[in-house]
Amino acid sequence: MVENRPFLTVLSHLIVLLGVAIIAFPVWMTFVASTHSQQTMLQSPIPVLPGPHLIENYKKVLTEGYGKVGSTPVMMTLTNSMIMALGVAIGKIAISIISAFAIVYFRFPGRMYFFWAIFVTLMLPVEVRIVPTYGVVASLGMLDSYSGLIIPLIASATATFLFRQFFLSVPDELTEAARVDGASPMRFFWDILLPMSRTSIAALFVIQFIYGWNQYLWPLLITTKESYYTVVMTVSRQANVVDSVPSWNLLMAMAMLAMLPPVLVVVFMQRQFVRGLVETEK
Amino acid sequence: MEKRVTFNERWLPYLLLGPQMIITLVFFFWPSGQAIYQSVLIEDVFGGNSKFVWFENFAQLFRDNSYAHSAQITVVFSFLVAAIGLGFSLLLAVMADRVIRGATAYKTFLVWPYAVAPAVAGVLWGFLFNPSVGILAWMLKGIGVEFNYVINGNQALLLVVIAAVWNQISYNFLFFLAGLQSIPKSLIEAAAIDGAGPGRRFWDILFPLLSPVGFFLLVVNIIYAFFGTFGVIDSLTKGGPGKSTEILVFKVFNDGFRGQDLGGSSAQSVILMVVVIALTFVQFRFIERRVHY
Repeated sequence: MVENRPFLTVLSHLIVLLGVAIIAFPVWMTFVASTHSQQTMLQSPIPVLPGPHLIENYKKVLTEGYGKVGSTPVMMTLTNSMIMALGVAIGKIAISIISAFAIVYFRFPGRMYFFWAIFVTLMLPVEVRIVPTYGVVASLGMLDSYSGLIIPLIASATATFLFRQFFLSVPDELTEAARVDGASPMRFFWDILLPMSRTSIAALFVIQFIYGWNQYLWPLLITTKESYYTVVMTVSRQANVVDSVPSWNLLMAMAMLAMLPPVLVVVFMQRQFVRGLVETEK
Repeated sequence: MEKRVTFNERWLPYLLLGPQMIITLVFFFWPSGQAIYQSVLIEDVFGGNSKFVWFENFAQLFRDNSYAHSAQITVVFSFLVAAIGLGFSLLLAVMADRVIRGATAYKTFLVWPYAVAPAVAGVLWGFLFNPSVGILAWMLKGIGVEFNYVINGNQALLLVVIAAVWNQISYNFLFFLAGLQSIPKSLIEAAAIDGAGPGRRFWDILFPLLSPVGFFLLVVNIIYAFFGTFGVIDSLTKGGPGKSTEILVFKVFNDGFRGQDLGGSSAQSVILMVVVIALTFVQFRFIERRVHY
């Protein structure tokens, strides 16, 4: 800092700490609730410190689910979420890196039309056109399938633009050298471009993994079979079931499990995450 | 910007563009076209027949009080989400930027809410404010405030705003912090030598220099409040009680899926598409200008 003002420094620390505490509070209470028994969680005020039922609760939701007839084990919904998140992230990266390659490294008739066709998709989130998109997916017979969960979400321009931006910054000398040495375009792509794009791919992967994992409306609409439910939608659905005696402890254990994978990805890949966040906005 | 050196291939580029174009056509242009097409049709209640009605669906929306009400709620909601979210995260970013020790640790503690799904965020906040077991509802009762978002519309709206802001805070914080760290230290030192205190330096130097970032975040937050908060609302209030938290994007879904009013829902989709396109243009124009800063 420019000058020494111990009081202000302490005050800054206090304000940030208070902010961190406010932001962490909901998750702390969720964690606490997931470690108590059902009875404890029905008395007001509820405890603010963890209880002894942690392993029991988590084991129950993972293997049996919420515990009512027909409830889905969280193990299964977690697997579905993982398949969906990985599918969306990998699918998006794969189709957009090759289309960015085509747009940047080739001259061909209609190139600008393709460019603009991709560009306009940047503008419309799936929520806006949800009803007709559902109709299309239904008429293609893709309801209740992983392809229905994944494929409609991987058409997005953000990733294509990120790769385009990056390819434009790759020196032309590399391309020239590859051409002089007689490398085919695909050879150049695999051996030079792809390895160079590693950091962009990692950054994009983090963002798209979270995007895929956190999808809510889409899986809610197109899945009717429990074997395709994702964890985020089951948590929200269970929270809205009117129960005579709600099992808050189990619901909150489910919520913790639904948060854990994407939060871990963000915390451990923080550098890539920040990079991805900033770059996808360019 | 164009590449000087390119490859000459006849079919390869089309092959490479193929997957993305097919998916875009099938899941983007086709449904969007259908939304526009259905927005000028009225479907028979008994199915089958549909009639071309020009802009009747739109006219009906503009006459409809519940649409105006929903639009009004959306405006209030997005204003609150943007104002509270930006204010709070700017405060945190300025404070985190001031402290030298621990800034990275603080960052780690502030980035993760972004990873929590909006629908799950709704469940967490609904639990905290649950009328029978929620700890915050209990504390409020202790100081004489009866908080029950299940029956009180204003409190429901407030709760939805809190959950939505919480979910978006890390995004705003990261961009503000990056903006602050890119401001040259020499400017601040010069001002300090001239006798400007921390408050003066903030309002006269940091704040104006942050305004491009702030404006960008404002647009992002409005888009987020319009469309990204569906999960929060659906898991907390489902648009209720009454219609007090039914924002526009939620109404599209409600009318289309629950009400089976395809024409009206499509007309609403078309209006929302126009809104997003307008907002995106505002944002792009601004980014073009930002280059000159």
